Amino acid sequence: MKVGLFIPCYVDALYPEVGVSTYKLLTSLGLDVYYPESQTCCGQPMGNAGFQDKADKLVDRFDKLFREFDYVVAPSASCTAYVRIFHPQIAGHECEAASKTVDLVEFLHDVLKVQSLPSKFPHKVSLHNSCHGVRELGLSSPTERNIPQFNKTKTLLNMVEGITVVEPERPDECCGFGGMFSIEEKGVSTKMGIDKLRRHIATGAEYITGPDSSCLMHMQGIAAKQQFPIKFIHVAQILSHGL
Amino acid sequence: MSTLHAKRANEFVKDTAKVDRHDATFWSVRMKRDAMAHEVPEWENLREAASQIKKHTITRLADYLEKFSANARRNGVKVHWAKDADEYNAIVLQILREHEVKKLVKSKSMLTEECGLNDFLISHDIEVVETDLGERILQLMGVPPSHIVMPAIHITREQVAECFRKNGIIQKNGLQAAESMHGDLQKLEAESDPTFLTRCARYHLRDNFLTAQCGMTGANFGIAETGDVVVCTNEGNADMSTSIPPLHIVSMGIEKLIPDYESMGVFQRLLARNGTGQATTVYTSHFRRPRPGCEMHIILVDNGRSDILGNEDHWQTLKCMRCGACMNTCPVYRRSGGYSYTYFIPGPIGINLGMLKSSDVNYNNCSACSLCCSCDNVCPVKVDLSTQIYKWRQQLDSLHHADPLKKAISQGMKVIFDNPRLYTSSLRMAPIGNYVPKWITGMAMEPWYYGHTIPQFAKKSFHQLWKEGLDDDAKTKNK
Repeated sequence: MKVGLFIPCYVDALYPEVGVSTYKLLTSLGLDVYYPESQTCCGQPMGNAGFQDKADKLVDRFDKLFREFDYVVAPSASCTAYVRIFHPQIAGHECEAASKTVDLVEFLHDVLKVQSLPSKFPHKVSLHNSCHGVRELGLSSPTERNIPQFNKTKTLLNMVEGITVVEPERPDECCGFGGMFSIEEKGVSTKMGIDKLRRHIATGAEYITGPDSSCLMHMQGIAAKQQFPIKFIHVAQILSHGL
Repeated sequence: MSTLHAKRANEFVKDTAKVDRHDATFWSVRMKRDAMAHEVPEWENLREAASQIKKHTITRLADYLEKFSANARRNGVKVHWAKDADEYNAIVLQILREHEVKKLVKSKSMLTEECGLNDFLISHDIEVVETDLGERILQLMGVPPSHIVMPAIHITREQVAECFRKNGIIQKNGLQAAESMHGDLQKLEAESDPTFLTRCARYHLRDNFLTAQCGMTGANFGIAETGDVVVCTNEGNADMSTSIPPLHIVSMGIEKLIPDYESMGVFQRLLARNGTGQATTVYTSHFRRPRPGCEMHIILVDNGRSDILGNEDHWQTLKCMRCGACMNTCPVYRRSGGYSYTYFIPGPIGINLGMLKSSDVNYNNCSACSLCCSCDNVCPVKVDLSTQIYKWRQQLDSLHHADPLKKAISQGMKVIFDNPRLYTSSLRMAPIGNYVPKWITGMAMEPWYYGHTIPQFAKKSFHQLWKEGLDDDAKTKNK
């Protein structure tokens, strides 16, 4: 299976270790992993700010770069959702690459259907269910809905030896990032972040983990400012731990 | 980079105790709603049915309106049509004048709020008394509602006591209220006892029910098959408003129609469960014809609704039945309060309805959304609320309300992201930013620095790590 690795811009610049973990994890599962070097961003920052038209070229290039792969895998729920849902809308037609773009959790859970992982992580982690992961990709059942309960990220994390996975009260309430929302609505965004962090910390976990570094980045920045004692780690880093 | 909503919200969040109370209050309603939704196994099917029924009705609105009005007339109801707020207000005034009405009692109606009816009537010397307790409190305080279902929930009981004192309600009804509770007037008043205050309000409203010449209700549903109007309340005030005065006026937006009682069964099961977490409203009142010797009028109001119907991106807002659940679940509404919004309907549905009403004022609310999509999932009629907010943001530039800084940042991103070479060279330069003194980065990134520390760029980006041979074997395979 030929897999194209999509490492979104802010992961590239701020959290390259998340990309490295993803790469290691995928190759350890025997996959051919390719990284087209002229990739940049999914376009979501402009879209959420109201300028999706400025992402038209980027959408086109994304399709050309990635359409040859069986799957395009990204360690970021929100960017994946933007590619899969919004790219066809911006392009005005179906996009082959977008239809094959999946988040790492989806890929492991739904495509590869992994039943076990070799990693060990003897720590208590509080799972951050990112909004776009939950409500756009369906990584877990949204709490608003009366449908059978599931959580793909939690299922995968529970395959890791020694781990204790907990979820905060209000398990899928937004952390308040929302791209430019966090600077345009700084008061509400920060308050949402503080509230979310308090609930994660109340679980007694050492780490907050999630499938989306953008939420983690937002909470990490607030936690540092507030001097909250909690660490952050991306799901890919836990699932690949010890590789 | 700050909209009016953001500015007001920044003030609102300063009072941490207040914002926490506001958040907890509405979150508890969301929790009650969830408990109800999870008790009904066919919940998601009901939502789908409700969405389809609304879509069906709205896309055949002319036919259903004709059917509804014909049936209502057959029942002896006088039916009026108003194309906009001015026409609506004029029709109400004319009916009231024909009946020499001096005092009007009203049950809750968002449509009258939309059309500015109260101020219009008061300016024509008609006394208007809101009879929903929350609405009455706000009316006496001279402030607008901050939520469409629980309009005065942000007001404390101490503020209510103060308001009732100022308006002579405790002086007039306090003794009777205290006696009915076998309690001490001074003590009950000093404690702003909720039961005491409610009884004072009850006697005060009873006087008004008895002395009004006209009762007005809104309409939660209009049933085309029968010409009936259905009004849902928890206080019975719609029934009191219509049982005593000889004249009943119903104010109804044309989107309130549903085909028949079979459909009504679907909405009846959804409305209160989703709005307040009750299995049903305490009163579900069905009005078909005037009481003997009395008159009943229905005013069907368009006021922009036909235009919305023709709007490809936003017609779905017409499915809304005003349950308020999107506000209760909205993390931004809960932490910014109803008054941070420039439109009288706040929250996700209010952002959209406000833009449809007047984008020149209400573009200020488009920032009030983190695009978490929770509203889409609580909506009982599946209005695509967050998608619509996203679409409005795309239109702000052509409406001349785009934020210049956001536009400049987006343009800057376009330049970098469209040029892979520029992008990778920027990545190489980025870590230098880590060594810029904090007071400079803090100033440049003020809004981010307000709540966060500045993120640290990695010494080497993923791009660089890959180039340097993250995995030599894989690198040879890479094109």
